[in-house]
Amino acid sequence: MTQVRIPSPLRRYTDGQSKVETNGATIQELIDNLEAQHPGVKSRLCDENGQIKRYVNVFVNDEEIRTLQGVETPITEKDEVSIIPAMAGGK
Amino acid sequence: MSFITGDQLVAKLRKEIKEIDVHQLAEELKHNKDLVLIDVREHDEWTQGRIEGSLHLSRGFLELQVENFVADRACPIAVTCAGGVRSLMAARSLEEMGYTNVASVAGGFNGWKNAGYAFSRPRTLTDDQRERYSRHTIMPEVGEEGQLKLLDGKVLLIGAGGLGSPAAIYLAAAGVGTIGIVDFDVVDTSNLQRQIIHRLEDVDLPKVESASRAIAQLNPDVKVIGHRTQITSENAFDIISQYDIVINGSDNFPTRYLVNDACVLLGKPLVDGSIFRFEGQVTVYDTANGSPCYRCLYPDPPPPGEVPSCAEGGVLGVLPGIIGSQQALEAIKLLLGVGDSLAGRLLLFDALDGEFRQLKIKKNTECPVCGEHPTVTELIDYEMFCGIPHATTVAANGAGEAVLAH
Repeated sequence: MTQVRIPSPLRRYTDGQSKVETNGATIQELIDNLEAQHPGVKSRLCDENGQIKRYVNVFVNDEEIRTLQGVETPITEKDEVSIIPAMAGGK
Repeated sequence: MSFITGDQLVAKLRKEIKEIDVHQLAEELKHNKDLVLIDVREHDEWTQGRIEGSLHLSRGFLELQVENFVADRACPIAVTCAGGVRSLMAARSLEEMGYTNVASVAGGFNGWKNAGYAFSRPRTLTDDQRERYSRHTIMPEVGEEGQLKLLDGKVLLIGAGGLGSPAAIYLAAAGVGTIGIVDFDVVDTSNLQRQIIHRLEDVDLPKVESASRAIAQLNPDVKVIGHRTQITSENAFDIISQYDIVINGSDNFPTRYLVNDACVLLGKPLVDGSIFRFEGQVTVYDTANGSPCYRCLYPDPPPPGEVPSCAEGGVLGVLPGIIGSQQALEAIKLLLGVGDSLAGRLLLFDALDGEFRQLKIKKNTECPVCGEHPTVTELIDYEMFCGIPHATTVAANGAGEAVLAH
């Protein structure tokens, strides 16, 4: 199982959990499995073509997947996946 | 018990310590760039005039502080004082500490001056400032010179809210000489849970005014420039160009993209921070030095309403204090030119997990503003870019997120 870090705005889909575990050999598979476990998450991350939305970043460990192989980036159980959305709050 | 007089001690040291005259010193300073010239006179003598490039370490603190500045025992050192006597004693002490290449300047600063060589009066802190900033100046990474850099520094805060409040207070306390604040808003009771620069008695006052008052009470060295306006594509260049560094504490996407683009186009470092509920992000966008920008990380804004605001989702009271203080720290590091800035790194803080993490952010060569073939070369309509129809501005303001400025 790969650990996935869930940001505050998406925690309502994960019963408030900041970390969840799921399977997947690639980011694509991981997101699909995440959706099966926590329905609603995928549409917040991906556009209709299945690509990560441009105001969301997905990191495998400390590397952003656009600089790797996008949603095809392979992952292992040892990796940690982080979902980092744009946040505008400052006040 | 045998003793020697002061005169005898000086005569003895003259035989034992290498001396150079002021002409030799002038030659050495010209040709030997490794030479460290240490001036051991007292502070009030030093402020009257010094040899350009000399390091001031008064005789009383020499042995305690010299290693902070000169670690290499083989480094060539020339020691000077007013007339060339105290420098002999200082040189002896340095030799006892293991410095092997030490010379005393015969004739000292007075000899230098009388021989017609150039000298200057160092710009120094006042006695009050020396007291106030003593915890800074004692650190060689800051020193009096660094404190003067801070006093000369000009930092612009976008917003005097959750992030801007702690940032302003810490910048002011640290002696950053000019703090600009752009904020259109007035203080509201619901701000006081986290916007620590404002107080109950400030409710309904413009935030710029309330923040200026707080800073004036904390540190009279600081000049506050209040810009009680919305930052827009029309005024952003005029405002930002007056400052060295920008700290972003805005609360909406149009302003974040506007400030990013303006900073990229003007070549100003932007210390960015954002907060939501229990989480914060902070980084430095410094494209003039090759680092990525906000658009490299988030190429497009979310559609209006997709990402909830603090007004809708809430924010824990202390969180902006942590993120805003980090932003102030990054600005101070940039002004001093010390350490590694957060450029190229996104620092994340999760208050509930009690955890800081770091992720790498890379420059996007296709970035429309800082990439190899930029298409954004002037400021655009950022409301439109963020999908906010002009007609709904008022309603969007009410919702708290899609505000045009704060």
